[in-house]
Amino acid sequence: MAGFRLSSGGSRIDRSRPFTFTFDGSPVEAFAGDTIASALMASGRSIVARSFKYHRPRGIFSAGAEEPNALVTVGSGGEREPNVNAATRLAAPGLEVSGQNAWPSVDRDIGAVNQVFAPFFGAGFYYKTFIGPLRRSWMWYEPAIRRAAGMGSASLDPDPARYEKANVFADLLVVGAGPAGLAAALAAGRAGARVILAEAEPGPGGAIDLEEATIDGAPAAEWAAMASLELSEMANVRLMPRTHVWGYYDGGVLAALEDCGGEGETRCRHWRIEARQVILATGACERPIVFSGNDRPGVMLASAGLAYVRRYGTAPGGSIVLFCNNDEAWRQAALLAEAGVKIAAIVDPRTEVPGTLAGPIAAKGIDIILSHVVAAAKGARRVEAAVIAPVGEAARAAEAARIDRPAGEAEGESVPPASPGGVFEIAADTILVSGGHTPIINLASQAGGPPVWREEIAAFVPGEPRQDWIAAGAMTGAPTLEIAVNQGAEAGTLAANALGFNAVAKELAVQIQIQGLRTSIQDGGLLPLFEVEPVGEKPDKAFVDLQHDVTADDVRLAGREGFVEAEHLKRYTTLGMANDQGRTSAINGLAILAGERQMPIPAVGTTRFRPPLAPVPLGAIVGRERGHHMRPIRRSPLHHAHLEAGAEMMHAGLWLRPRVYAHKGEGLFAAYTREARHVRAKVGIADVSTLGKIEVAGPDAGTFLDRVYTNTFSTLPVGKARYGLMLREDGFVFDDGTAWRLAEDRYLVTTTTAKAAEVMMHMEFLLAAVWPELKTTLASVSDQYAGIAVAGPRSRALLARLVDGTPMDREAFPFMGVRQASIAGVPALIARLSFSGENAYEVYVGADCGPFLWSELLRQGADLEVAPYGLEAMGTLRIEKGHVAGPELNGRVSAHDLGLGKLLSKKKPFVGKPLALRPALSEEGRMELVGLLATDAAFRSGAHLVAGTEEAPGASEGHVTSVTYSPELRNHIGLAMLKGGRKRHGQTLFAADPIRGAHCRVEIVSPHFVDPQGERLDA
Amino acid sequence: MLIPCPVCGMRDAGEYHYRGDATAERPPLAEEAAEPWVRYVYERQNPRGEHLEFWQHVHGCRQFLVVRRNTETHEVFEARLVGPFGQGE
Repeated sequence: MAGFRLSSGGSRIDRSRPFTFTFDGSPVEAFAGDTIASALMASGRSIVARSFKYHRPRGIFSAGAEEPNALVTVGSGGEREPNVNAATRLAAPGLEVSGQNAWPSVDRDIGAVNQVFAPFFGAGFYYKTFIGPLRRSWMWYEPAIRRAAGMGSASLDPDPARYEKANVFADLLVVGAGPAGLAAALAAGRAGARVILAEAEPGPGGAIDLEEATIDGAPAAEWAAMASLELSEMANVRLMPRTHVWGYYDGGVLAALEDCGGEGETRCRHWRIEARQVILATGACERPIVFSGNDRPGVMLASAGLAYVRRYGTAPGGSIVLFCNNDEAWRQAALLAEAGVKIAAIVDPRTEVPGTLAGPIAAKGIDIILSHVVAAAKGARRVEAAVIAPVGEAARAAEAARIDRPAGEAEGESVPPASPGGVFEIAADTILVSGGHTPIINLASQAGGPPVWREEIAAFVPGEPRQDWIAAGAMTGAPTLEIAVNQGAEAGTLAANALGFNAVAKELAVQIQIQGLRTSIQDGGLLPLFEVEPVGEKPDKAFVDLQHDVTADDVRLAGREGFVEAEHLKRYTTLGMANDQGRTSAINGLAILAGERQMPIPAVGTTRFRPPLAPVPLGAIVGRERGHHMRPIRRSPLHHAHLEAGAEMMHAGLWLRPRVYAHKGEGLFAAYTREARHVRAKVGIADVSTLGKIEVAGPDAGTFLDRVYTNTFSTLPVGKARYGLMLREDGFVFDDGTAWRLAEDRYLVTTTTAKAAEVMMHMEFLLAAVWPELKTTLASVSDQYAGIAVAGPRSRALLARLVDGTPMDREAFPFMGVRQASIAGVPALIARLSFSGENAYEVYVGADCGPFLWSELLRQGADLEVAPYGLEAMGTLRIEKGHVAGPELNGRVSAHDLGLGKLLSKKKPFVGKPLALRPALSEEGRMELVGLLATDAAFRSGAHLVAGTEEAPGASEGHVTSVTYSPELRNHIGLAMLKGGRKRHGQTLFAADPIRGAHCRVEIVSPHFVDPQGERLDA
Repeated sequence: MLIPCPVCGMRDAGEYHYRGDATAERPPLAEEAAEPWVRYVYERQNPRGEHLEFWQHVHGCRQFLVVRRNTETHEVFEARLVGPFGQGE
């Protein structure tokens, strides 16, 4: 392959440091500083990608973030990174780069047969094809379509890279370190403001290196380097290179992604930048003109051509046709020619251009073809020729005359060779194209009003700010370096003064070497042209959005089909929805739609810009919060005691809790059934520290609890506990627990583990916003206590050995009694409560004393055979008793459903009462709590209760909420919610679980399986 | 979004828990009819523009605030403590 590397030049490369990397397995030569794209271009490779839908060969189109074609996959295994922009990612020695959306390679791609089926893939393909009778076939076709259309694929291996998140604060954030951004940062930085200057590129200057000019006497690029150096030496200024600001959020919060460039351990860093003032200087992006075959490798943005020459010493091709409609491109053509790049012709639809621009071009021997356009690119794997056609007067003249004209020259304009309609071809391997510049207004739009159309530059500029930002430079449509840089300086001064600093405006003197450029903001120096009409028969496709393969015909079709709003066009055709965010395609698409609707472009309007402006890896958003760092883990004060006892720990909400304390060689089933049996037969201890605990104190504490609970607490004697039910305002069950009266004006309320935080907030709200007159305070003491349940027939005997200060016998310490005493010398609260149905106690001591108490209970109870029991056995014991818990309290059940209707006091008002008494919450046929007995095999929670057999199951009548094996009943049992369940005890149904393939016969019974009379409680 | 907590100062909205419409009128405790409670629990205006909302500073002082805010631009105009301490200076 013939290469395009020039013999000299390239400001960003170091020719003394050559290396190789691979592209689709073949070695590619590169120099330090090369991007993947510049090295591929230098190597002479034309095809670097295959297109999204049609698998057409694609080449490098740009030299920046706007790149629509050259997306590649970098790396392999877990480090494989798809959809990397080759135009911005630096090449590195040994880097494995591969092409995407192609098999076996981008060079020889079998998927290219899609081009044959192209007529089927037009706008709205999915919507049209998979409706009606074909809708069901979507499931069948989807995998094939998803494989054929698309981008790179992510690795399925864990990503070994490290991502970070960080916050930073500033008086002023300047986005973009181009000429305007640098001038702004200097003005504000010199005034003393805390400034952050964020720039997506590794170095400062933006596109200043494509200028031939001086600023304050220094060459422009040198001025940029000096400005950057001065800023880096200011203690109040922070430079953030390789940092792409991608979102502008409320309250002066901006999101940015820092590419850490593979140095150190971190791949990239997500920044949350908070700034009081913002200057947006994000520049402009050149846009193409749409013509037939405009996606062929070798078609490239004009400024990109110059960028590759100046930055990487690489010519975009061997022989170039430049197609443009604006003065700026002529200036660039002169610079390209000066660098030794061969330009065959410059084609411009305008009838005249300023002589100061045409002069240097003509002097280089470049053909100047005015009043003409490039109507098509010819060629297969790369451009081979540009098809040139006349426009306007020239076209009419050619059409009217239909005569052969002799070839010749007149006044510097080359007269095309004769052909029908004046159409002719110029051999070229590269077509550089420039349709003008589109300001990059995404961030301004995210934090501002609708963009404003500027006819003279044929583009949208930022609308009204809705936050404290000022736009400066090319993004406002500033036509020259002089205007841009001074806009920046003025914006920096304004922002600094708004922040209370004393900045003095200082004008920068700019000399531009090539004269004749527009100098005022009113003169766009451009003839708006977005699309060229095709010539000849069967023209090739003309692409608007190269990355999503949206053609000009797709846009027109969408318009004809009624998708006439910009937002509709975007969604119907996917125009601008690829990861280049439509930088090079949006305006052209709107212009074509406006043409189809015969209305001006601003009347069509733009879509609203949304974050992210640039692709952001999910890893960067996640940061270090992955794996077990994804959410905090709460450990009980007894955690280490559980580990010592050999517990198998499990996640329950945020908590890590002991599931079972399995003996050696014992499985889960054997362990929890043993533990449950042990509690019923002897004595067990369990960790209940995770329960929510709230101290409610004050003279009105009782009144408050009467209003919060459905039942009455103000009458509860000191030294007693009571079970209580809480409703939400809408009358459904919120939570349950016990409240203990510790003193006349002091209660300890316990909540379920899951609802602890919500109950606290609920109570806080009621006290603050609804009943501020109640003299009551709340304190969460969940973390202050360690709680241990001591349950089983021997529990009293065990505690009696350790407790001082209160008699333990059953009369002196009755069921639901609460005592303040000391246990093993530690002050404790002891309540005689039972969740298991056995005689049991809950003992609360200071969290720090928990492990000591735990080990004392085990040590002093050894001869009573005390043993710890875990979450599984706790579940077994409560299911055997029909006690409800999280799976039953799912937010959709009423007190009636749970058989707790009697707890709704008739004597007093309470939260949720009027709505709980709505007839619908206790009507016939509601889902009611029942017990289930397996009659053949074990069933699982989540199964639905149906009447029929597996072949004809019938409709669901309820569902299974909790299951366990009951050692007491020697059977699998469960709790369920069943329509009209309480009247259906004795019936037989099936627990249907078609997803997991089970259909088990169950008998409906009372949920109180064990000791329904509660005789064991007072044993 | 930043909310100025009268106790803790200017803090990020992530420290707060949204608690709903502060203009919804809660019927008196003794109200037994369902209709006013249905209005209080279910019916909301969801206005565009200025609105009063309850926010709790859960990761700070845990106080409930009434925040006057623009639901369209998210601009926060004012935040005061709920109840007697929020009345006047």
